[in-house]
Amino acid sequence: MYAGATAGATALVLAGCDKSDSSSGTIDVGSGDAGILNYAYALEQLEAAFYAQVKSTTNGYYTSASAAEKQIFDDLALHEAIHRDFLRAALQANSITPLKDLTPNFSSINFADRTSVLAAAQRFEDTGVAAYNGAGRFLSSNANLALAGKIVSVEARHAALIRDLRNYGKFVDSDVVNTFTPSAPATAGLYAGEGTPNTTANTQGNGNPGPGQERSKRPPQILQAVNEFLAEGSKLSASSFA
Amino acid sequence: MDFFQLLSDVEKADPEFLDRINPRRRVFKYLGNAGQKITAAAVPAVLASFFNRAYGQSTTLTAPVQAVLTLALQLEYLEYHFYNTALSITGLVPSQETQAITTIRNDEAGHINALRAVLGTAAPQPYLFTDFDYSGGSGTGSGPMRNALLPGAAGNDNGALFFAAGQAFSDTGQRAYKGGAPVLNTTATKDILEAALNIHSVEARHNSHFRTVRRALVANSLGSAGAPAVSPYDAAPKSWISLIDNGGPTAPDGSKPASKVYGAGSPATGSPDASYPSEDNTTQATVNLTSLNSTYTAAAVSEAFDEPLDAATVKSIALLFTSTAGKAKGLFQ
Repeated sequence: MYAGATAGATALVLAGCDKSDSSSGTIDVGSGDAGILNYAYALEQLEAAFYAQVKSTTNGYYTSASAAEKQIFDDLALHEAIHRDFLRAALQANSITPLKDLTPNFSSINFADRTSVLAAAQRFEDTGVAAYNGAGRFLSSNANLALAGKIVSVEARHAALIRDLRNYGKFVDSDVVNTFTPSAPATAGLYAGEGTPNTTANTQGNGNPGPGQERSKRPPQILQAVNEFLAEGSKLSASSFA
Repeated sequence: MDFFQLLSDVEKADPEFLDRINPRRRVFKYLGNAGQKITAAAVPAVLASFFNRAYGQSTTLTAPVQAVLTLALQLEYLEYHFYNTALSITGLVPSQETQAITTIRNDEAGHINALRAVLGTAAPQPYLFTDFDYSGGSGTGSGPMRNALLPGAAGNDNGALFFAAGQAFSDTGQRAYKGGAPVLNTTATKDILEAALNIHSVEARHNSHFRTVRRALVANSLGSAGAPAVSPYDAAPKSWISLIDNGGPTAPDGSKPASKVYGAGSPATGSPDASYPSEDNTTQATVNLTSLNSTYTAAAVSEAFDEPLDAATVKSIALLFTSTAGKAKGLFQ
């Protein structure tokens, strides 16, 4: 599996040198810690733009939402805007040029419809969690890793709540976590991890995380999904992180 | 295949084999019980598991990595036995939450499975329910959370105290994994780091749900995520930590048994990977985030970031929930 991943990385790096790739118009997030920080900055830009539009849409879902849901979306909008602005400030403080302001494309989302807004919110939040989890390994600076860790658990809190709002009790489900059913301990009360983890490869992400673990995804896989929500000229690639 | 003959043969070839798989040689009891339940088809998998334990990769793990994973495993046992036991107590977990608590219990079991596999021979013996003191009494059994597993006892209507404890345990877990992550960030342990991150976010998902349940309890709307959070968020919290949530849940005796869960570790200031501020922290990587925009209140900024905790502080919290028997086994020492 490791050899396969390396081969894939080589292919992508080579593709990055090909003129036909640059003509597709993607912006590459770069390499190293700077690349991952800009990658995170891009995701936070997108999330912040989404929640800003949820709140600003005239006669949108938010206008008639319950007080509790308004409170939730007020918080989500603030948290993601804070993440975005923090990452921009951190990039600048480290003399790294931040990505340009991205132009989103939310044409597939009906901002007047609760179902559509919540489904999109879940998608953005679940994607954020899988993205940070899959990006951590590419950070060489422990300070950057620690900062990413402080953000990702908040994204997971968001994801769990939106999922509970949509389908109560599904804060964890097999689409985002490799769920596991333990079997009875060999000695009653002395649980030593009995049970057979699911090892069926998932088509997404790292495919086969351990039992009870989030399905983390590598940057190229995340961006493939995220580009759907970015306008031409703002679509992204991450050729260094396969 | 004669399972016991094979083990006997292995022991002849490697006299330390049984000690490798179980230093205290309780392995005889373990095998005796296991043998009765193992079907012939399962033997190869069970054998593979034993060989993995005996000759697993633990020798390649450095002491700091082992320490992080061992503490994580101990915290998983703290949570696993709490939820697993709660599910067996009639009338404790409301019917609307049985499936959710089962999901959470199963996730913790999965984490135990994964951590034991990574630790291999370095994994401690499995801990028992009786190794913990869920009263929060440091082994006295009479701490402020003693009603958390007693259906309908003071403060525990509809399992309110149980869910409060679940919130405290899973927040301790997410802060502990966050604090341990930098130790796992070595070239040789990138896969272990990713696994730990993938456990960390699941702990945060659990915590979000516990908080959602506690809001529903206050609003008398169990089974719904639509209840509002109520300031100052100790009883009806948001699904994220706002400042320090007013010290966290209040016990029936009026104390705040989880206040350390939301407080600072040691040291409280310094580089992000080596400092453990309290949850009301508003400065990240030297940037005071409240200064970036007038709408970025201290509460909002604190909610947007969870903070790590150092191992010593995590242990000091967990020791409140450790029995004398657990301490004797080195649990959280």
